[in-house]
Amino acid sequence: MAEAALAPLAGRTPLVDVHAHFYHPASGRADWQRVNAARLHAGERIGIRAHVASILGSWGHSSPTYFPSPADVTAGNDAMLDIAGEHPDRIRCYVSVNPNDTAHAREEIARCVERGAVGIKLAASRRADDPLVDPIADEASRRGLPVLHHIWQHRTREWPSQEISDGEDLGRLAQRHPRASFILAHIGGGGDWAHSCAAVREIPNIYIDLSGSGVDRGMLDLAYASVGASRLLWGCDITMETGLAKLRALETVGLGEDELADVRWRNAARIFPHNALPGIPTSGVAARRTDARARVTQ
Amino acid sequence: MIDVNCFIGPFPFRELPHPDPDVLVRVLAREGLEGAWVGHLPTAFHRDVTAGNEALFAALEPHRAVLEPVPAIRPGWPHWQLALANAHADGARAIRAYPMQWGMGAHDARLAELAHACAEIGLPLVLTTRFEDVRQRSALDASSDLSGAHIRAIVRADPNLRVVVTCAGRALIEESHWGLTPSERARLWWDISWIWGPPEDDLAHLLQTVGADRFLFGSAWPLRLVQSPIANLELLPSELRALLVADVP
Repeated sequence: MAEAALAPLAGRTPLVDVHAHFYHPASGRADWQRVNAARLHAGERIGIRAHVASILGSWGHSSPTYFPSPADVTAGNDAMLDIAGEHPDRIRCYVSVNPNDTAHAREEIARCVERGAVGIKLAASRRADDPLVDPIADEASRRGLPVLHHIWQHRTREWPSQEISDGEDLGRLAQRHPRASFILAHIGGGGDWAHSCAAVREIPNIYIDLSGSGVDRGMLDLAYASVGASRLLWGCDITMETGLAKLRALETVGLGEDELADVRWRNAARIFPHNALPGIPTSGVAARRTDARARVTQ
Repeated sequence: MIDVNCFIGPFPFRELPHPDPDVLVRVLAREGLEGAWVGHLPTAFHRDVTAGNEALFAALEPHRAVLEPVPAIRPGWPHWQLALANAHADGARAIRAYPMQWGMGAHDARLAELAHACAEIGLPLVLTTRFEDVRQRSALDASSDLSGAHIRAIVRADPNLRVVVTCAGRALIEESHWGLTPSERARLWWDISWIWGPPEDDLAHLLQTVGADRFLFGSAWPLRLVQSPIANLELLPSELRALLVADVP
Protein backbone atom coordinates (compact mmCIF):
# COMPACT_ATOMS: atom_id res chain seq x y z
CA MET A 1 0.00 0.00 0.00
CA ALA A 2 1.37 3.42 -0.88
CA GLU A 3 2.42 5.47 2.14
CA ALA A 4 0.11 8.29 1.16
CA ALA A 5 -2.85 5.98 1.47
CA LEU A 6 -1.98 4.88 4.99
CA ALA A 7 -3.99 6.20 7.89
CA PRO A 8 -2.28 9.15 9.59
CA LEU A 9 -0.05 7.98 12.41
CA ALA A 10 -1.70 10.43 14.79
CA GLY A 11 -5.22 9.64 13.69
CA ARG A 12 -7.74 11.66 11.75
CA THR A 13 -8.73 14.16 14.43
CA PRO A 14 -7.68 17.66 13.37
CA LEU A 15 -4.10 18.51 14.26
CA VAL A 16 -2.34 21.90 14.21
CA ASP A 17 1.42 22.34 14.46
CA VAL A 18 1.73 25.80 16.00
CA HIS A 19 5.53 25.84 15.79
CA ALA A 20 6.95 25.01 12.38
CA HIS A 21 9.79 26.46 10.32
CA PHE A 22 10.71 26.49 6.68
CA TYR A 23 13.82 27.48 4.74
CA HIS A 24 14.47 29.49 1.59
CA PRO A 25 17.25 29.97 -0.96
CA ALA A 26 18.98 32.66 1.14
CA SER A 27 19.07 30.43 4.23
CA GLY A 28 22.60 29.34 3.46
CA ARG A 29 21.87 25.65 3.16
CA ALA A 30 21.85 23.85 -0.13
CA ASP A 31 19.24 21.31 0.93
CA TRP A 32 16.54 23.82 1.87
CA GLN A 33 14.02 22.42 -0.59
CA ARG A 34 14.58 18.87 0.65
CA VAL A 35 14.00 19.93 4.25
CA ASN A 36 10.83 21.83 3.37
CA ALA A 37 9.51 18.85 1.42
CA ALA A 38 10.43 16.51 4.26
CA ARG A 39 8.36 18.58 6.68
CA LEU A 40 5.33 18.40 4.46
CA HIS A 41 5.79 14.69 3.82
CA ALA A 42 6.16 13.89 7.52
CA GLY A 43 3.18 16.13 8.19
CA GLU A 44 1.08 14.01 5.86
CA ARG A 45 2.21 10.82 7.58
CA ILE A 46 1.46 12.23 11.01
CA GLY A 47 -1.82 13.84 9.98
CA ILE A 48 -1.02 17.52 10.44
CA ARG A 49 -3.75 19.63 8.89
CA ALA A 50 -2.16 23.01 9.48
CA HIS A 51 1.51 23.98 9.85
CA VAL A 52 1.79 27.48 11.34
CA ALA A 53 5.32 28.43 10.44
CA SER A 54 7.95 31.13 10.37
CA ILE A 55 11.29 31.88 8.78
CA LEU A 56 13.80 33.71 10.94
CA GLY A 57 15.45 36.05 8.45
CA SER A 58 18.33 34.35 6.67
CA TRP A 59 18.79 31.75 9.42
CA GLY A 60 22.15 33.32 10.21
CA HIS A 61 23.48 33.35 6.68
CA SER A 62 23.62 37.10 6.10
CA SER A 63 22.67 38.39 9.56
CA PRO A 64 22.35 36.51 12.88
CA THR A 65 19.33 34.27 13.30
CA TYR A 66 18.33 35.97 16.52
CA PHE A 67 19.43 39.48 15.54
CA PRO A 68 18.25 39.68 11.93
CA SER A 69 18.67 42.80 9.85
CA PRO A 70 15.53 44.52 8.57
CA ALA A 71 16.32 43.37 5.05
CA ASP A 72 16.64 39.76 6.16
CA VAL A 73 13.46 39.97 8.23
CA THR A 74 11.57 41.16 5.19
CA ALA A 75 13.13 38.58 2.89
CA GLY A 76 12.36 35.79 5.32
CA ASN A 77 8.77 36.90 5.75
CA ASP A 78 8.32 37.18 2.00
CA ALA A 79 9.67 33.69 1.51
CA MET A 80 7.38 32.34 4.23
CA LEU A 81 4.37 34.06 2.72
CA ASP A 82 5.25 32.59 -0.67
CA ILE A 83 5.48 29.09 0.78
CA ALA A 84 2.12 29.55 2.50
CA GLY A 85 0.72 30.80 -0.77
CA GLU A 86 1.93 27.67 -2.54
CA HIS A 87 0.18 25.48 0.05
CA PRO A 88 -2.97 27.33 1.08
CA ASP A 89 -4.56 24.06 2.14
CA ARG A 90 -2.06 23.37 4.94
CA ILE A 91 0.37 26.20 5.71
CA ARG A 92 -0.12 29.50 7.52
CA CYS A 93 2.57 31.87 8.64
CA TYR A 94 3.74 34.03 11.48
CA VAL A 95 5.26 37.40 10.67
CA SER A 96 8.72 37.40 12.25
CA VAL A 97 10.03 40.73 13.58
CA ASN A 98 13.03 42.21 15.37
CA PRO A 99 11.75 44.57 18.11
CA ASN A 100 14.98 46.60 17.97
CA ASP A 101 13.69 48.03 14.69
CA THR A 102 10.35 49.19 16.01
CA ALA A 103 9.08 51.03 12.96
CA HIS A 104 10.12 48.24 10.64
CA ALA A 105 8.53 45.65 12.90
CA ARG A 106 5.21 47.48 12.85
CA GLU A 107 5.37 47.88 9.10
CA GLU A 108 6.13 44.19 8.67
CA ILE A 109 3.21 43.19 10.83
CA ALA A 110 0.83 45.37 8.84
CA ARG A 111 2.27 44.26 5.51
CA CYS A 112 2.34 40.55 6.27
CA VAL A 113 -1.07 40.40 7.95
CA GLU A 114 -2.46 41.98 4.81
CA ARG A 115 -0.87 39.07 2.89
CA GLY A 116 -2.26 36.48 5.28
CA ALA A 117 0.00 36.14 8.33
CA VAL A 118 -1.99 34.84 11.30
CA GLY A 119 0.42 35.42 14.19
CA ILE A 120 3.61 37.17 15.27
CA LYS A 121 6.92 35.41 15.88
CA LEU A 122 9.41 36.86 18.33
CA ALA A 123 12.74 35.12 18.71
CA ALA A 124 15.62 36.34 20.86
CA SER A 125 16.42 39.83 19.64
CA ARG A 126 15.24 41.49 22.82
CA ARG A 127 14.25 40.11 26.21
CA ALA A 128 10.51 39.48 26.43
CA ASP A 129 9.90 41.95 29.25
CA ASP A 130 11.87 44.75 27.57
CA PRO A 131 9.76 47.87 26.87
CA LEU A 132 10.74 47.62 23.19
CA VAL A 133 8.55 44.53 22.94
CA ASP A 134 5.48 46.45 24.11
CA PRO A 135 4.71 48.01 20.71
CA ILE A 136 4.73 44.52 19.19
CA ALA A 137 2.42 43.20 21.90
CA ASP A 138 0.18 46.23 21.35
CA GLU A 139 -0.10 45.27 17.70
CA ALA A 140 -0.89 41.70 18.68
CA SER A 141 -3.65 42.85 21.04
CA ARG A 142 -5.11 45.28 18.55
CA ARG A 143 -5.11 42.78 15.71
CA GLY A 144 -6.03 39.67 17.68
CA LEU A 145 -2.85 37.82 16.73
CA PRO A 146 -1.11 35.33 19.02
CA VAL A 147 2.58 35.89 19.71
CA LEU A 148 4.87 32.87 19.52
CA HIS A 149 7.85 33.82 21.69
CA HIS A 150 11.11 31.88 21.59
CA ILE A 151 11.91 30.79 25.15
CA TRP A 152 14.92 29.33 26.89
CA GLN A 153 13.43 27.28 29.71
CA HIS A 154 15.02 28.95 32.74
CA ARG A 155 17.64 31.52 31.88
CA THR A 156 20.48 30.95 34.33
CA ARG A 157 23.09 32.89 32.40
CA GLU A 158 23.63 34.68 29.10
CA TRP A 159 24.29 32.61 25.99
CA PRO A 160 26.06 33.92 22.90
CA SER A 161 24.27 35.24 19.83
CA GLN A 162 20.89 35.67 21.47
CA GLU A 163 19.11 37.72 24.09
CA ILE A 164 17.21 34.90 25.63
CA SER A 165 13.96 35.08 27.57
CA ASP A 166 12.46 32.60 29.97
CA GLY A 167 8.99 31.94 31.34
CA GLU A 168 9.24 34.64 33.97
CA ASP A 169 10.28 37.24 31.39
CA LEU A 170 7.38 36.26 29.16
CA GLY A 171 5.06 36.33 32.15
CA ARG A 172 5.85 39.98 32.79
CA LEU A 173 5.09 40.84 29.18
CA ALA A 174 1.86 38.84 29.18
CA GLN A 175 0.66 40.52 32.34
CA ARG A 176 1.20 43.93 30.76
CA HIS A 177 -0.86 42.83 27.73
CA PRO A 178 -3.74 40.72 29.05
CA ARG A 179 -5.75 40.95 25.81
CA ALA A 180 -3.03 39.25 23.78
CA SER A 181 -2.35 35.52 23.67
CA PHE A 182 1.27 34.45 24.10
CA ILE A 183 2.69 31.08 23.15
CA LEU A 184 5.65 30.00 25.27
CA ALA A 185 7.77 28.29 22.64
CA HIS A 186 9.03 24.72 22.73
CA ILE A 187 8.82 23.50 26.30
CA GLY A 188 11.04 20.65 25.05
CA GLY A 189 13.44 23.00 23.30
CA GLY A 190 16.17 23.15 25.90
CA GLY A 191 16.52 24.35 29.45
CA ASP A 192 14.65 23.59 32.63
CA TRP A 193 11.03 23.07 31.64
CA ALA A 194 9.94 22.68 35.23
CA HIS A 195 10.85 26.32 35.80
CA SER A 196 8.70 27.44 32.87
CA CYS A 197 5.70 25.43 34.01
CA ALA A 198 5.86 27.07 37.40
CA ALA A 199 6.53 30.53 36.00
CA VAL A 200 3.45 30.70 33.78
CA ARG A 201 1.05 28.58 35.81
CA GLU A 202 -1.16 31.47 36.87
CA ILE A 203 -0.90 33.67 33.80
CA PRO A 204 -3.98 32.77 31.76
CA ASN A 205 -2.94 34.36 28.48
CA ILE A 206 0.21 32.23 28.17
CA TYR A 207 -0.09 28.91 26.33
CA ILE A 208 2.62 26.27 26.46
CA ASP A 209 3.75 24.87 23.12
CA LEU A 210 4.88 21.26 23.52
CA SER A 211 7.38 21.27 20.67
CA GLY A 212 11.13 20.76 20.78
CA SER A 213 13.51 17.85 20.53
CA GLY A 214 13.36 17.17 24.26
CA VAL A 215 11.20 14.22 25.26
CA ASP A 216 11.92 14.08 28.96
CA ARG A 217 9.52 11.89 30.87
CA GLY A 218 7.67 14.00 33.40
CA MET A 219 7.65 17.12 31.23
CA LEU A 220 4.19 16.58 29.75
CA ASP A 221 2.81 15.49 33.10
CA LEU A 222 4.02 18.69 34.73
CA ALA A 223 2.86 20.96 31.90
CA TYR A 224 -0.61 19.41 32.07
CA ALA A 225 -0.73 19.63 35.85
CA SER A 226 0.44 23.24 35.76
CA VAL A 227 -1.81 24.84 33.16
CA GLY A 228 -4.34 22.18 32.17
CA ALA A 229 -5.20 20.94 28.70
CA SER A 230 -6.87 24.22 27.80
CA ARG A 231 -3.50 26.00 27.73
CA LEU A 232 -1.40 23.42 25.91
CA LEU A 233 -0.68 23.64 22.19
CA TRP A 234 0.80 20.88 20.08
CA GLY A 235 3.79 21.54 17.85
CA CYS A 236 6.98 20.05 16.46
CA ASP A 237 9.56 22.79 15.83
CA ILE A 238 12.54 21.11 14.14
CA THR A 239 11.95 17.49 15.19
CA MET A 240 8.68 15.95 14.10
CA GLU A 241 9.17 12.50 15.57
CA THR A 242 9.22 14.04 19.02
CA GLY A 243 5.93 15.75 18.24
CA LEU A 244 4.31 12.47 17.30
CA ALA A 245 5.75 10.83 20.40
CA LYS A 246 4.34 13.53 22.66
CA LEU A 247 0.88 13.16 21.17
CA ARG A 248 0.94 9.49 22.09
CA ALA A 249 2.41 10.18 25.49
CA LEU A 250 -0.37 12.65 26.31
CA GLU A 251 -2.75 9.71 26.26
CA THR A 252 -0.67 7.83 28.78
CA VAL A 253 -0.41 10.97 30.90
CA GLY A 254 -4.17 10.68 31.21
CA LEU A 255 -5.78 13.29 28.99
CA GLY A 256 -9.27 12.40 27.88
CA GLU A 257 -10.52 12.61 24.33
CA ASP A 258 -11.92 16.10 24.81
CA GLU A 259 -8.71 17.36 26.37
CA LEU A 260 -6.66 15.82 23.58
CA ALA A 261 -8.79 17.67 21.07
CA ASP A 262 -8.02 20.89 22.93
CA VAL A 263 -4.30 20.27 22.62
CA ARG A 264 -4.41 18.99 19.05
CA TRP A 265 -6.42 21.83 17.52
CA ARG A 266 -9.14 23.48 19.57
CA ASN A 267 -6.89 25.74 21.63
CA ALA A 268 -5.19 26.87 18.43
CA ALA A 269 -8.56 27.57 16.86
CA ARG A 270 -9.37 29.73 19.90
CA ILE A 271 -6.30 31.95 19.85
CA PHE A 272 -5.64 32.36 16.15
CA PRO A 273 -7.91 34.67 14.16
CA HIS A 274 -11.28 33.21 13.29
CA ASN A 275 -11.13 30.80 10.36
CA ALA A 276 -7.39 31.39 10.04
CA LEU A 277 -6.32 27.74 10.06
CA PRO A 278 -6.94 25.52 7.04
CA GLY A 279 -8.95 22.39 7.65
CA ILE A 280 -9.70 23.34 11.22
CA PRO A 281 -13.34 23.66 12.22
CA THR A 282 -14.36 26.76 14.12
CA SER A 283 -18.01 26.00 14.77
CA GLY A 284 -18.53 25.44 18.45
CA VAL A 285 -15.12 26.85 19.33
CA ALA A 286 -15.33 29.97 21.43
CA ALA A 287 -12.71 32.31 20.03
CA ARG A 288 -10.53 34.01 22.57
CA ARG A 289 -9.94 36.79 20.08
CA THR A 290 -12.01 38.16 17.25
CA ASP A 291 -11.15 38.31 13.58
CA ALA A 292 -7.91 40.20 13.05
CA ARG A 293 -9.08 42.51 10.34
CA ALA A 294 -12.39 43.17 12.04
CA ARG A 295 -10.55 44.24 15.16
CA VAL A 296 -8.31 46.65 13.26
CA THR A 297 -11.27 48.35 11.64
CA GLN A 298 -13.26 48.72 14.84
CA MET B 1 12.72 -5.74 19.21
CA ILE B 2 14.88 -5.13 22.29
CA ASP B 3 15.42 -1.76 23.95
CA VAL B 4 19.15 -1.66 24.72
CA ASN B 5 19.01 1.60 26.66
CA CYS B 6 16.85 1.47 29.77
CA PHE B 7 17.42 2.15 33.42
CA ILE B 8 15.67 1.73 36.69
CA GLY B 9 16.05 3.97 39.71
CA PRO B 10 15.88 7.69 40.40
CA PHE B 11 17.83 10.48 38.73
CA PRO B 12 19.64 12.86 41.07
CA PHE B 13 18.65 16.08 39.32
CA ARG B 14 14.93 15.82 38.74
CA GLU B 15 11.92 13.70 39.59
CA LEU B 16 11.27 10.79 37.23
CA PRO B 17 7.81 9.22 37.12
CA HIS B 18 7.86 5.58 38.25
CA PRO B 19 11.39 4.45 37.30
CA ASP B 20 10.58 0.94 38.49
CA PRO B 21 11.10 -2.46 36.85
CA ASP B 22 7.45 -3.52 36.99
CA VAL B 23 6.47 -0.28 35.25
CA LEU B 24 9.16 -0.85 32.64
CA VAL B 25 7.79 -4.32 31.96
CA ARG B 26 4.33 -2.82 31.37
CA VAL B 27 5.75 -0.09 29.13
CA LEU B 28 7.60 -2.64 27.01
CA ALA B 29 4.44 -4.71 26.62
CA ARG B 30 2.37 -1.65 25.75
CA GLU B 31 4.84 -0.63 23.04
CA GLY B 32 5.32 -4.12 21.64
CA LEU B 33 8.94 -4.47 22.74
CA GLU B 34 10.25 -7.89 23.68
CA GLY B 35 12.75 -6.94 26.33
CA ALA B 36 15.29 -4.45 27.56
CA TRP B 37 18.87 -4.08 28.69
CA VAL B 38 18.59 -2.33 32.01
CA GLY B 39 21.10 -0.31 33.99
CA HIS B 40 20.82 1.26 37.43
CA LEU B 41 20.55 5.01 36.93
CA PRO B 42 21.81 6.33 40.27
CA THR B 43 24.93 4.19 39.98
CA ALA B 44 26.14 6.39 37.15
CA PHE B 45 26.63 9.12 39.74
CA HIS B 46 28.09 6.97 42.50
CA ARG B 47 31.82 6.71 43.07
CA ASP B 48 31.55 3.08 44.18
CA VAL B 49 29.22 1.10 41.92
CA THR B 50 28.98 -1.95 44.17
CA ALA B 51 25.75 -1.19 45.99
CA GLY B 52 23.99 -0.02 42.83
CA ASN B 53 24.86 -3.22 41.02
CA GLU B 54 23.54 -5.30 43.89
CA ALA B 55 20.32 -3.27 43.84
CA LEU B 56 20.02 -3.74 40.08
CA PHE B 57 20.30 -7.53 40.17
CA ALA B 58 17.88 -7.74 43.10
CA ALA B 59 15.28 -5.48 41.48
CA LEU B 60 15.40 -7.30 38.15
CA GLU B 61 15.30 -10.79 39.61
CA PRO B 62 11.50 -11.20 39.27
CA HIS B 63 11.61 -9.92 35.68
CA ARG B 64 14.68 -11.61 34.24
CA ALA B 65 12.74 -13.12 31.35
CA VAL B 66 12.25 -9.61 29.98
CA LEU B 67 14.76 -7.33 31.71
CA GLU B 68 18.44 -8.14 31.34
CA PRO B 69 20.84 -6.52 33.80
CA VAL B 70 23.61 -4.26 32.58
CA PRO B 71 25.65 -3.40 35.66
CA ALA B 72 28.35 -0.74 35.81
CA ILE B 73 32.00 -1.62 36.29
CA ARG B 74 34.40 1.12 37.28
CA PRO B 75 37.92 0.15 36.20
CA GLY B 76 40.59 1.08 38.66
CA TRP B 77 38.36 0.67 41.68
CA PRO B 78 39.73 -1.98 44.07
CA HIS B 79 38.65 -5.48 43.03
CA TRP B 80 36.91 -4.28 39.87
CA GLN B 81 38.02 -7.38 37.99
CA LEU B 82 36.29 -9.54 40.58
CA ALA B 83 33.17 -7.39 40.31
CA LEU B 84 33.21 -7.92 36.55
CA ALA B 85 33.63 -11.66 36.92
CA ASN B 86 30.74 -11.78 39.39
CA ALA B 87 28.52 -9.71 37.12
CA HIS B 88 29.28 -12.08 34.27
CA ALA B 89 28.52 -15.09 36.44
CA ASP B 90 25.24 -13.49 37.54
CA GLY B 91 24.09 -13.13 33.95
CA ALA B 92 24.93 -9.58 33.02
CA ARG B 93 23.93 -8.97 29.40
CA ALA B 94 26.51 -6.20 28.95
CA ILE B 95 28.60 -3.81 31.03
CA ARG B 96 28.03 -0.10 31.45
CA ALA B 97 30.84 2.40 31.95
CA TYR B 98 30.66 6.16 32.60
CA PRO B 99 34.07 7.66 31.81
CA MET B 100 32.79 11.24 31.86
CA GLN B 101 31.19 10.88 35.28
CA TRP B 102 34.36 9.20 36.55
CA GLY B 103 36.66 11.88 35.19
CA MET B 104 38.50 9.54 32.84
CA GLY B 105 40.08 10.95 29.70
CA ALA B 106 39.86 9.31 26.32
CA HIS B 107 43.20 7.57 26.68
CA ASP B 108 42.93 6.63 30.34
CA ALA B 109 44.66 3.28 30.74
CA ARG B 110 41.88 2.08 33.03
CA LEU B 111 39.35 2.27 30.20
CA ALA B 112 41.64 0.21 28.00
CA GLU B 113 41.91 -2.37 30.76
CA LEU B 114 38.11 -2.53 31.00
CA ALA B 115 37.91 -2.91 27.23
CA HIS B 116 40.30 -5.87 27.35
CA ALA B 117 38.43 -7.46 30.23
CA CYS B 118 35.02 -7.13 28.57
CA ALA B 119 36.37 -8.47 25.31
CA GLU B 120 37.88 -11.44 27.07
CA ILE B 121 34.56 -12.53 28.61
CA GLY B 122 32.56 -11.56 25.53
CA LEU B 123 30.36 -8.86 27.03
CA PRO B 124 29.57 -5.67 25.10
CA LEU B 125 30.50 -2.38 26.71
CA VAL B 126 27.72 0.24 26.84
CA LEU B 127 28.67 3.93 26.91
CA THR B 128 26.24 6.80 27.52
CA THR B 129 26.71 10.04 25.63
CA ARG B 130 24.46 12.10 27.92
CA PHE B 131 21.61 11.79 30.35
CA GLU B 132 20.11 15.23 29.76
CA ASP B 133 20.38 17.99 27.21
CA VAL B 134 23.37 20.15 28.12
CA ARG B 135 21.12 23.22 28.28
CA GLN B 136 19.15 21.97 31.23
CA ARG B 137 21.76 20.35 33.43
CA SER B 138 22.09 21.11 37.08
CA ALA B 139 25.16 23.09 38.05
CA LEU B 140 26.12 20.00 40.03
CA ASP B 141 26.05 17.87 36.87
CA ALA B 142 29.33 19.13 35.49
CA SER B 143 30.24 16.20 33.24
CA SER B 144 30.67 16.82 29.55
CA ASP B 145 29.05 14.71 26.88
CA LEU B 146 30.98 11.59 25.91
CA SER B 147 33.51 12.52 23.25
CA GLY B 148 34.31 10.94 19.94
CA ALA B 149 37.89 10.57 21.14
CA HIS B 150 36.67 8.39 24.01
CA ILE B 151 34.65 6.20 21.69
CA ARG B 152 37.42 5.74 19.16
CA ALA B 153 40.01 5.00 21.82
CA ILE B 154 37.85 2.42 23.56
CA VAL B 155 36.92 0.67 20.31
CA ARG B 156 40.58 0.57 19.28
CA ALA B 157 41.68 -0.71 22.69
CA ASP B 158 40.84 -4.34 21.91
CA PRO B 159 40.12 -5.98 18.54
CA ASN B 160 37.45 -8.20 20.06
CA LEU B 161 35.54 -5.62 22.07
CA ARG B 162 31.96 -4.82 21.05
CA VAL B 163 30.75 -1.35 21.99
CA VAL B 164 27.24 0.11 22.13
CA VAL B 165 26.98 3.90 22.43
CA THR B 166 23.66 5.35 23.56
CA CYS B 167 22.09 8.81 23.32
CA ALA B 168 24.41 10.07 20.58
CA GLY B 169 23.41 12.47 17.81
CA ARG B 170 24.44 12.52 14.20
CA ALA B 171 27.63 14.56 14.61
CA LEU B 172 29.11 12.28 17.26
CA ILE B 173 28.10 9.17 15.35
CA GLU B 174 29.70 10.38 12.14
CA GLU B 175 32.97 11.57 13.67
CA SER B 176 33.33 8.28 15.52
CA HIS B 177 32.24 5.92 12.77
CA TRP B 178 34.24 7.48 9.97
CA GLY B 179 37.22 7.89 12.30
CA LEU B 180 37.57 4.13 12.64
CA THR B 181 38.74 1.40 10.28
CA PRO B 182 36.11 -0.87 8.69
CA SER B 183 36.93 -3.67 11.11
CA GLU B 184 36.67 -1.29 14.06
CA ARG B 185 33.34 0.12 12.85
CA ALA B 186 31.98 -3.40 12.65
CA ARG B 187 32.29 -3.67 16.43
CA LEU B 188 30.48 -0.41 17.20
CA TRP B 189 26.70 0.04 17.46
CA TRP B 190 24.52 3.06 18.23
CA ASP B 191 21.10 3.34 19.77
CA ILE B 192 18.60 5.63 18.04
CA SER B 193 17.23 7.38 21.11
CA TRP B 194 18.76 10.78 20.41
CA ILE B 195 18.95 10.84 16.59
CA TRP B 196 16.71 13.39 14.89
CA GLY B 197 13.99 12.36 12.50
CA PRO B 198 12.19 14.54 9.97
CA PRO B 199 12.52 17.11 8.58
CA GLU B 200 16.31 16.99 9.10
CA ASP B 201 16.11 13.21 8.66
CA ASP B 202 19.36 12.45 10.45
CA LEU B 203 18.25 8.89 11.18
CA ALA B 204 17.40 8.19 7.55
CA HIS B 205 20.71 9.70 6.48
CA LEU B 206 22.72 7.62 8.91
CA LEU B 207 20.96 4.40 7.99
CA GLN B 208 21.97 4.99 4.39
CA THR B 209 25.54 6.13 5.01
CA VAL B 210 26.75 4.44 8.19
CA GLY B 211 24.50 1.43 7.59
CA ALA B 212 21.34 0.06 9.17
CA ASP B 213 23.27 -2.83 10.69
CA ARG B 214 25.02 -0.42 13.04
CA PHE B 215 21.86 0.81 14.80
CA LEU B 216 19.85 -0.59 17.67
CA PHE B 217 16.57 0.38 19.24
CA GLY B 218 17.01 2.37 22.44
CA SER B 219 14.90 4.86 24.33
CA ALA B 220 16.76 6.07 27.47
CA TRP B 221 13.68 5.20 29.52
CA PRO B 222 12.85 6.37 32.21
CA LEU B 223 14.62 9.63 31.34
CA ARG B 224 12.93 9.96 27.95
CA LEU B 225 9.73 8.87 26.24
CA VAL B 226 9.94 5.42 24.70
CA GLN B 227 7.41 6.66 22.16
CA SER B 228 10.03 8.89 20.54
CA PRO B 229 12.31 6.30 18.88
CA ILE B 230 9.21 4.33 17.91
CA ALA B 231 7.79 7.40 16.18
CA ASN B 232 11.15 7.98 14.53
CA LEU B 233 11.07 4.48 13.04
CA GLU B 234 7.50 4.91 11.86
CA LEU B 235 8.37 8.12 10.03
CA LEU B 236 11.20 6.49 8.09
CA PRO B 237 10.67 5.63 4.45
CA SER B 238 9.32 2.10 4.32
CA GLU B 239 12.43 0.71 2.61
CA LEU B 240 14.63 1.95 5.46
CA ARG B 241 12.18 0.88 8.14
CA ALA B 242 12.45 -2.67 6.83
CA LEU B 243 16.21 -2.70 7.42
CA LEU B 244 16.01 -1.97 11.09
CA VAL B 245 16.93 -2.95 13.63
CA ALA B 246 20.28 -4.72 13.81
CA ASP B 247 20.60 -7.82 15.92
CA VAL B 248 21.90 -6.89 19.31
CA PRO B 249 25.56 -7.71 19.76
